[in-house]
Amino acid sequence: MSHKIIVPIGPYHPLQDEPEFFQLYVEGEKVVDIDIIIGYNHRGIEKLSESKHFDQVPFLVERICGICSSSHPYAYCLAVENILGGEINIVPEKALYIRTIIDELQRIHSHLLWLGLAGHFIGYNTVWMWAWKYREPVLDMFEMVTGNRNNYAMFKIGGVRRDIKDEDIPLLRKMLDELLPAVDLFRGAVMDDPVIKMRLKDVGTLTYQQAVDWCVVGPTARASGVNIDIRRDDPYGVTERLDWNVILEKDGDIFSKTIVRILELYESISIIRQSLDKMPKSGVIDAEVKDIPEGEGIGRVEAPRGECFHYIKSDGTNQPVRHKVRSPSFMNVASDKVSAVGGTISDATITLAAVDPCYCCTERVAVINKINNRKVMNGWDLVKLSQEKTLKLKEGYHGRPK
Amino acid sequence: MRDRIKEKLQDKLSDWLEPSIKRVYFSIDKKDIFKVTQVLFKELQLRFITASAVDNPDSLGIVYHFSNDPAGEVYSVRVLLEDKIKPEIQSISPIFPAAEWIEREIWEMFGINFIGHPNLKKLLLADDWPEGEYPLRNKK
Repeated sequence: MSHKIIVPIGPYHPLQDEPEFFQLYVEGEKVVDIDIIIGYNHRGIEKLSESKHFDQVPFLVERICGICSSSHPYAYCLAVENILGGEINIVPEKALYIRTIIDELQRIHSHLLWLGLAGHFIGYNTVWMWAWKYREPVLDMFEMVTGNRNNYAMFKIGGVRRDIKDEDIPLLRKMLDELLPAVDLFRGAVMDDPVIKMRLKDVGTLTYQQAVDWCVVGPTARASGVNIDIRRDDPYGVTERLDWNVILEKDGDIFSKTIVRILELYESISIIRQSLDKMPKSGVIDAEVKDIPEGEGIGRVEAPRGECFHYIKSDGTNQPVRHKVRSPSFMNVASDKVSAVGGTISDATITLAAVDPCYCCTERVAVINKINNRKVMNGWDLVKLSQEKTLKLKEGYHGRPK
Repeated sequence: MRDRIKEKLQDKLSDWLEPSIKRVYFSIDKKDIFKVTQVLFKELQLRFITASAVDNPDSLGIVYHFSNDPAGEVYSVRVLLEDKIKPEIQSISPIFPAAEWIEREIWEMFGINFIGHPNLKKLLLADDWPEGEYPLRNKK
């Protein structure tokens, strides 16, 4: 006899920055359906933006997400610059390099953050501690360059707000050099560890066709073999002048998603190094844009989670009449509907986290069955369930219980 | 890609606009949206980015954005809904599931009804949000 049990995950947890509510329908161990309920964090940014001056909007959109807080202002600035000049680049040369450096630094810190969380969810707390330890110097670099560890306030229409000082460059280079062994360590820890491989291989798989149908973006798409990367396809900043690769995997499971993110760390470090080498020593960093003409513009940026899309409609006044924001998680989270169904409940935590939705929202879990007895599990119990599975695999692999 | 779109949809297109090299805008009639999306998504394999609804003074509009990734182009399909009291358009969610959420968002924010949507309910707003209040419409 099977009975359907609803396991609610979310919506609130002090750790998470995007409250989401997942209702898992389970039969025994197996997840048979999932309901995704969002909107707990709706702040009306699009409406707010329509009442702000064009120059104030970057500060507003920066606060959409605390982790990819340079992607949104970047995409917004590209959208407005699209209205201003079409294909003609109005942004000064040096500003383009600074923008690229900020964008890639952000990718490094975001991927490390995800790696830490993913490690925690599957019971590798050492990975969690280490990933976040090595994320700290990246935030230090941000502090050095922009003055802020988060919400960098660097972007403005037609340029950037702060210059990278010449005397900071050697130190930035040194910090990047020190980061490289850490990335090597993570690559070794994930790729060569048989238990992680057993735990993540063929879990939460999103096939190529599903990825196309759900229009997922970023590492989630690239892990399923969908060859898209806005940095290469619709180049912005200086990425088209530099030498780097798009990381592509085929399997679409969580192992592939992890590999894509880890290998992208190398590419990001390489992009920053090349940018520091090629950046002009002096020059203006701001085109001093005054008026925004009437028109429509679209700006796209490859955020750490995928394509970030901004659409601006201007009527010639000093405010946008319509500002549409589409963040990558909007497409990626929806695809959980296919990737989590069919898996087991101990895989649900890592599967829902694998698209990197800033997800820590396992606050309360109530397991209710037909006979109406009620057992309440909290988010920690769910994480524990996931960690126990890893432990079991580990024991099986080493052949003896610990 | 431009020529292929023009060839496939020749009688349905109007106001072809290329403000910059990689950004293309064109308008279609609202009754053609299902057919056009099918051609763009299934036959020409463009990726659906999102849809932006726009509140104009005398009409509502939806701009469907499609991406041609190998070339880095964005094709924006404009649809105009003249009836502001009871705006309706056919849903494109039956073609691919990725459009479900954005149509739900437009439905609650602008009050545009999507005919044939499999699961048209509130996405971002609270369940007890007052009927007939559309937050992203312009106030008179």
